[in-house]
Amino acid sequence: MQKAAAKGLLLLLGLFFCAPVLFLLSGSVLSRYELQESLRPLMADTEKLITWRFFPVYPTFSHYGRILFQTPQFFIVFWNSMKIAVCILLGQLLIAVPAAWAFAVYPFRFRRILFTLYIVLMLMPFQVTMLSSYLVLDGLEMMDTHKAIILPAVFSTYPVFLIYRGFCNLPRGLMEAARIDGAGEWTIFVKLGLPLASGGILSAMVLGFLEYWSLIEQPLAFLEDQTLWPLSLYLPEISLEQAGYSFVASVITLIPAVFVFLSGREYLEQGIVASALKE
Amino acid sequence: MQRTERQRSLKKRQSIWQNRPGEKRLLSGVKKTAFQSRYAWIGFLLPSLAGVLIFVLLPFADVVRRSFLTAVTEEWTGLHNYELVFANQAFRLAVKNTVRFTLVCLPLLIGIGLFLSVQLSRLKKVQLIKSLFLLPMAMPAATVVLIWKMIFAKQGFLNAGLLLAGLLPEGAMPDYMGTGASFWVLVFSYIWKNLGYTMVLWLAGIFSVSEGLTEAARVDGATKRQCFWYVIFPNLKGSLYTITVLSFLNSFKVFREAYLVAGSYPHESMYLLQHLFNNWFVNLELDKMAASAVCVGAVLFAVILLLQRLWDHEEKG
Repeated sequence: MQKAAAKGLLLLLGLFFCAPVLFLLSGSVLSRYELQESLRPLMADTEKLITWRFFPVYPTFSHYGRILFQTPQFFIVFWNSMKIAVCILLGQLLIAVPAAWAFAVYPFRFRRILFTLYIVLMLMPFQVTMLSSYLVLDGLEMMDTHKAIILPAVFSTYPVFLIYRGFCNLPRGLMEAARIDGAGEWTIFVKLGLPLASGGILSAMVLGFLEYWSLIEQPLAFLEDQTLWPLSLYLPEISLEQAGYSFVASVITLIPAVFVFLSGREYLEQGIVASALKE
Repeated sequence: MQRTERQRSLKKRQSIWQNRPGEKRLLSGVKKTAFQSRYAWIGFLLPSLAGVLIFVLLPFADVVRRSFLTAVTEEWTGLHNYELVFANQAFRLAVKNTVRFTLVCLPLLIGIGLFLSVQLSRLKKVQLIKSLFLLPMAMPAATVVLIWKMIFAKQGFLNAGLLLAGLLPEGAMPDYMGTGASFWVLVFSYIWKNLGYTMVLWLAGIFSVSEGLTEAARVDGATKRQCFWYVIFPNLKGSLYTITVLSFLNSFKVFREAYLVAGSYPHESMYLLQHLFNNWFVNLELDKMAASAVCVGAVLFAVILLLQRLWDHEEKG
């Protein structure tokens, strides 16, 4: 009995946490008129309060139609976001997986120091490395291009750390046996290593996508040209007068993130737990 | 007698081993792979290490160098930039707010997370609830900006709700974004976003405490509360350290919500180091940026190492 009550309360609190999604969904199908009526108090200095209908009287998909068929600008921004996120993740796969393998399997000199360095770098916030990133990007003449966002993120050390854990489970004896049977180091990596790391790789991809899909600091600092902007910078620029458009754009932005979240929830949790484990 | 017998058989075995055809080839093969495996790590690590060097380490060394130079003429000025930064009003305000934010948020987040996780750990089939708490992590800051405005504006839902409940004094309608209350809006967004993963971490910690241990305590007559404080909690110290580190570093990302809701120059109660860095960057005040990046980097580095030390100590002791 007590347990059921506790569960009910926790469920309610959880639903409360997800309420913004409900707001967005209901706002995206409210008619222009209804939206104006409910949001008008926000735009004028009145004593009147905001009102909201979670179930609109006249639901409409006209905002969706407008954004999908009449706003080419939105597509540009959407694909900018997609391009940035996907390129970063592919690059990380190429760079981070072999690096994690090196740390997990080979007992080379300076391994400990280098790995500690990687952990420290993974924990540093963007603001600390902002100026140094700018100096390189400016030197390589990459400012104001997508490369300025993609390249530094490709060399992020966070995925190395996440993937490293999977490789650590490889039994030493198995590797020695493969070597004596004449397998090269590359073959061992591909045949024995990669299958073990798939969980860690997926965790890194899921956490990475959620991170890079909502990137703000980097594009804000390194992209001036508005046609290069990702969704996360474009959305807040839409004014309150165009609330319908804003709601629909938010819902569309939310779709890939929620899709990745739901399909990769298990790996997301594994990744969170893995990032808290020490070496 | 026995010994010589054994030696003889050993010798015999050795000779068999050495005279086996193809033995030489096998031995040289082992040597070759030993050589390969000794240096193979370079090939695997090099791309990543080169990238880290080019994009992070070398330029950061340049930043350290620049922190002792003037911005335009690049002349040596010693510690002048550091003096400038520490005397700067905005820097002091930002440091004060960032420290205050961290000191308020971390205990709140960690405490609430622990409380809810302990409740959850006693229930069955909690996957759905966990997912509900995790979902905010997947919501890009840009999509909640509009909602935050609707909730925290003067005529927004928060005031509407408070009025309905009769909690607001007559005629008072605080504007949460334009006053000192904006700090608490930020605290709320931080907890909203990070509670889910904190709970995942706590739950992992709680479930790693062996069930036999808690059951034995229960059999010995410990109450639920005693069981938690004397059996489970002492085993959660490792989780506490990691949760602290991760939550602390994620606290820097609250800039996203803060910037999107309130812009570059928000109310002074929520002007954080992140705002300051961004504004200095926009105004190209590179000398101050260099000096403060070195300071903030050094402080964070020290905090990370200190926490790791504490943790090592805990595990040994």
